[in-house]
Amino acid sequence: MGRSTHKVGAPDKPMDRAGRTRVLLRVCKYLFKDRFAMLGAFVMMLVSNLLALAGPKITGFIIDAIDAETGVDMNTVTKWCIVLVVFYVTSAILSYFLAVLMAWISQRVSYTMRKEVFAHLTELPVGYFDTHQTGDIVSHISYDIDTVNASLSHDLLQICVSVVTVVGSLAMMLSISPLLLCVFVITVPVSILFTKYKTKKIRPLFRKRSAKLGELNGFAEEMLSGHRTIKAYYREAYMVDEFDGHNTDACEAYYRADYQGSMIGPTVNFVNNLSLCLITVLGGVFYLLTLSVPTLPAIFVIGLGDVSAFVQYSRKFSGPINEFANILSEFQSACSAAERVFALLDEPAEVADTPDAKVLPHATGEVRGDVTMEDVHFGYVPDKEILHGLSLKADKGKLIAIVGPTGAGKTTVINLLMRFYDVDSGRITVDGHEIRDLTRDSLRLSYTMVLQDTWLFCGTVLDNITYGTEGATMEDAIRAAKAARIHDFIMSLPEGYMTVLSDDGVNISKGQKQLLTIARAMLSRAPVLILDEATSNVDSRTEHLIQEALYALMQDRTCFVIAHRLSTIKNADTILVVKDGVVIESGNHDELLSKKGFYASLYNAQYK
Amino acid sequence: MTIKILGTLVELAIPYILSVILDEAIPAAVEIGDTQGGLRQIFIWGALMVVCAVIALVFNIVANRMAARVARDTAIAIRHDLFDSTLRLSCSRADAFTVPSLESRLTSDTYNVHHLIGMIQRMGIRAPILLMGGLIITFTLDPVLAGIMACVLPFIALTVFLVSRKGVPLHKKAQESGDAMVRVVREDAQGIRVIKALSRKQYEQGRYEQVNRQLQHDGLRASVVMGISNPVINLFLNVGLVAVLLVGAIRVTNGECLPGKIISFIQYFTLLSNAMLAITRIFMMFTKGAASMGRITEVLDAAAAYDEAPKTVRTMPAPMGVNGEGYLRFENIRFTYGEREKDNRRPHLSGITFDLPKGGTLGLIGATGSGKTTLLSLLMRFYDVREGNGTVSLGGRDLRTMTPEELRQKFGIAMQNDFIFAGSIEDNIRFGREISHEDVVFAAKVAQAYDFISALPDGFDHQLTSKGTNLSGGQKQRLLIARALAGKPEILILDDASSALDYRTDAALRQDIRAAQVGDGDHSPLHHTTTIIVAQRVSSVKHADLILVLDGGEVIGSGNHDALMETCEVYREIAESQMGGAILD
Repeated sequence: MGRSTHKVGAPDKPMDRAGRTRVLLRVCKYLFKDRFAMLGAFVMMLVSNLLALAGPKITGFIIDAIDAETGVDMNTVTKWCIVLVVFYVTSAILSYFLAVLMAWISQRVSYTMRKEVFAHLTELPVGYFDTHQTGDIVSHISYDIDTVNASLSHDLLQICVSVVTVVGSLAMMLSISPLLLCVFVITVPVSILFTKYKTKKIRPLFRKRSAKLGELNGFAEEMLSGHRTIKAYYREAYMVDEFDGHNTDACEAYYRADYQGSMIGPTVNFVNNLSLCLITVLGGVFYLLTLSVPTLPAIFVIGLGDVSAFVQYSRKFSGPINEFANILSEFQSACSAAERVFALLDEPAEVADTPDAKVLPHATGEVRGDVTMEDVHFGYVPDKEILHGLSLKADKGKLIAIVGPTGAGKTTVINLLMRFYDVDSGRITVDGHEIRDLTRDSLRLSYTMVLQDTWLFCGTVLDNITYGTEGATMEDAIRAAKAARIHDFIMSLPEGYMTVLSDDGVNISKGQKQLLTIARAMLSRAPVLILDEATSNVDSRTEHLIQEALYALMQDRTCFVIAHRLSTIKNADTILVVKDGVVIESGNHDELLSKKGFYASLYNAQYK
Repeated sequence: MTIKILGTLVELAIPYILSVILDEAIPAAVEIGDTQGGLRQIFIWGALMVVCAVIALVFNIVANRMAARVARDTAIAIRHDLFDSTLRLSCSRADAFTVPSLESRLTSDTYNVHHLIGMIQRMGIRAPILLMGGLIITFTLDPVLAGIMACVLPFIALTVFLVSRKGVPLHKKAQESGDAMVRVVREDAQGIRVIKALSRKQYEQGRYEQVNRQLQHDGLRASVVMGISNPVINLFLNVGLVAVLLVGAIRVTNGECLPGKIISFIQYFTLLSNAMLAITRIFMMFTKGAASMGRITEVLDAAAAYDEAPKTVRTMPAPMGVNGEGYLRFENIRFTYGEREKDNRRPHLSGITFDLPKGGTLGLIGATGSGKTTLLSLLMRFYDVREGNGTVSLGGRDLRTMTPEELRQKFGIAMQNDFIFAGSIEDNIRFGREISHEDVVFAAKVAQAYDFISALPDGFDHQLTSKGTNLSGGQKQRLLIARALAGKPEILILDDASSALDYRTDAALRQDIRAAQVGDGDHSPLHHTTTIIVAQRVSSVKHADLILVLDGGEVIGSGNHDALMETCEVYREIAESQMGGAILD
């Protein structure tokens, strides 16, 4: 009964059906990790339900004893009553342990799922995060997994209980009166067919419901991050209108699924009531005949206790089926949630390092940091190339400045160097090794970078500075902070270096954040340094002060500097002027000035 | 609701008819030996049962659909109010809630409540009616037996009460752990470049492991407590049933009761226990929902508190220009972030006093963390100056006497890393205001954004991604400046808004703004617009009427460029450091 409904699928859409089975199988794989616990749960469930099932049968005995021709047989009544109480108590204890066990299992499964999803997230290419909203990602790991979890702990157990109860009741009813059971031959298929039909209809609706909620989450995330701007423009009302659109969509999707779902419960109930009617009528007729026609064949003979027990079983029988309709709708949404989680897990991770990938010898400090790019072509979208054959060469200790108008592809160069994206053609090498032949970790450890978009996490100032450097001490952190001219500010914080920076912390300006990330870079010993508009948020006076430290940082390292102030760029060994994806000029400051080309015109603009 | 009640009542009639058939029709027929009549009776009553079942079906479906509709409407309304309140939260409150928490309140928590409302209507009405109706009927059948059954109910109520009292805080805790988990995911999704660059995957996984474990632990604890209710309630019900049987047997012995009654009694009992179980299920959901509802009301209340705050400030209409031209005035402002001033912390702003005439230009310059952005936050009333810590006034009125709406319509602001949402360029510039296409184009031109926009395939209809990831830094900034200009604001604020622009573009931008202010005399599009420029480059503020040099929250120099070069050493230092140190983009 339970099984059949899972596999309900549109016969004309075999793909969908296969897909669903896969989803279920994958969920089961998680459960299988705890197979002993599952087995224990199953046994407990079986026993506790069988005990509960015996109830009506025993009740039937008691009623027969009450209804006995010789008057009420009190001894028998008392005896069975005691048995009943024992059964029920045992059943209650077992079912409590069962509930705890199931909760344990489901929490473990969702823990594992969350862990896997998170681990997978860290493996995904940067491009995934560039194209997916954070809110949407968050909704996979919280809402979707929660839904699966709720379904596991509650529904799965219920389904098992239902199956056992249904089968058990059937057996009991068979033992009481095979004749009355005929009623179910009519009603049960009606129930099943109906549920099947509805499930088919509802499934896509549930999937839509999850998707809409994800959209809503994404929108909310976006708007919340723009809280201040929305306030500044007093656009609250407008944004609320926009939100209402998404909100209505989400609720409407919920409603549609609900609307279809609302048929199931009452209909199943109706079929049950119908069975009850038929049983009563039939049972009544046979009971009447038993009483009035003494020569009735044995198969038609039925006692009052039998009718009572049968009706009770039929209730027991219908209870789960009724409940089943509720569970089914939840199970549906769990299925689509699981689908979404698995879709995320199946998102291709960064191409794995080749098995023979080399590891740069960072430990021995033998990495030089010679970087070359040869005829690199690249575009984020297949038919929109951004870099058209870029070449450059940066030997150890050299300072390479990349300048050019915004949108010329400067940041893209960094994305490729770090292998956040792979080149379409051409090659990039570090110390003569093609970077695709190196392990990503060792490649990336060759770089330390300060980006324009600073990133701090919720943790202490100390944690944020030492992030990325194993075994850095407080002294190291203080030295780095002093060099980055942020020490005084840190000391003015309530807890100094142990102050916890909360997300969106108010007391720290963008410039200060950038100084913290510069301090972070100061601790690193990587041979290649990348500064991507690293001091864009720092005022020029402070920048002047940290210049010295930055120079020290650049010493003996290969440096890539993007759009930095001229004072730095002037000293660069090579200045690459990038325009529209190609290097249009290169050379040092003086050479470029004497060329009187694009660079010269940019440089002279400041004196106008 | 009425329909639901009727549907439920009809359903209740079914077991009643059952007992009529078994207890009255059949024995009566047997007594008078009329088998034919007995059969007819059975069929008539049976037909009645079917009719009842059909009515129950129709009524229940209709009622469920209505319930779904009500739940939908309520959820829409709640979420609407919540979002509305969230946006109206003061910045300090919003900071305190944190974005991930607000986000989960908007989605998961409202979702829980939506679910709950639907369930309560569907089962919440049905179950109590089944319970009450069942009790009443059983009382008419046999008061003594019903009394025994009723005895069980207080125990059940007690169980539900105890379990939920322990369960609610546990659920709340689990939800908080959920927030913590989401925070890590969100943080890492945003900082993925840094994490990858530093190869910190392991570390992040470890950090995540902690919150994930905590969540598992808290979730389990909540479930363990909640798991008690079902078996215990079942047990009570079943023990009650046994008691009914025992006492029933005694009563039948004494001839006070018929055996058939006991059967229908047991029928009702099953019905009742199902109702009871449904009620407990609702209760458990309610526990979860109540925690969610609590989190929602927290935001609603916080927003309401913010709304009321302005009313407490007395209106103080000061005549315009008490001291000279004073259009925008800061008077001896002292300000510290946070709820109250701590003794060991120096204020973020102190002793700020200045005057700016209408149409003037103010330049703010100073080191990182010197208080530039704080000053603007006070002007925009993101934060309020506390009583006795000076006043900010605009056109002679204390800011605190203005409604946020009145105040903020005066501003056009471009911040450095501002918010760009998924939508067309035009929508991003218009930002939901009523601005004609011509004005959008005009603003784009002044902001030096027109050229790159028209170079795009779809021009102004070009779709931007969330956070503008498909634009370069300089393009974003120009777009944001265009947004600020498009509303032809009374006060234009450029908060470090041109840092990513090269010198040429920056100079052109300033020229065009100037031209829009005075180019056509009184007909200039931005006539009367007062401008505030926050910058790190001296060249950006050089032409301002008044320049304030800030350091450590204090004004250490004020005047125009030439005066400052004379009087303010820090200013001179900054200016000199930038000679030949310009940004080349």
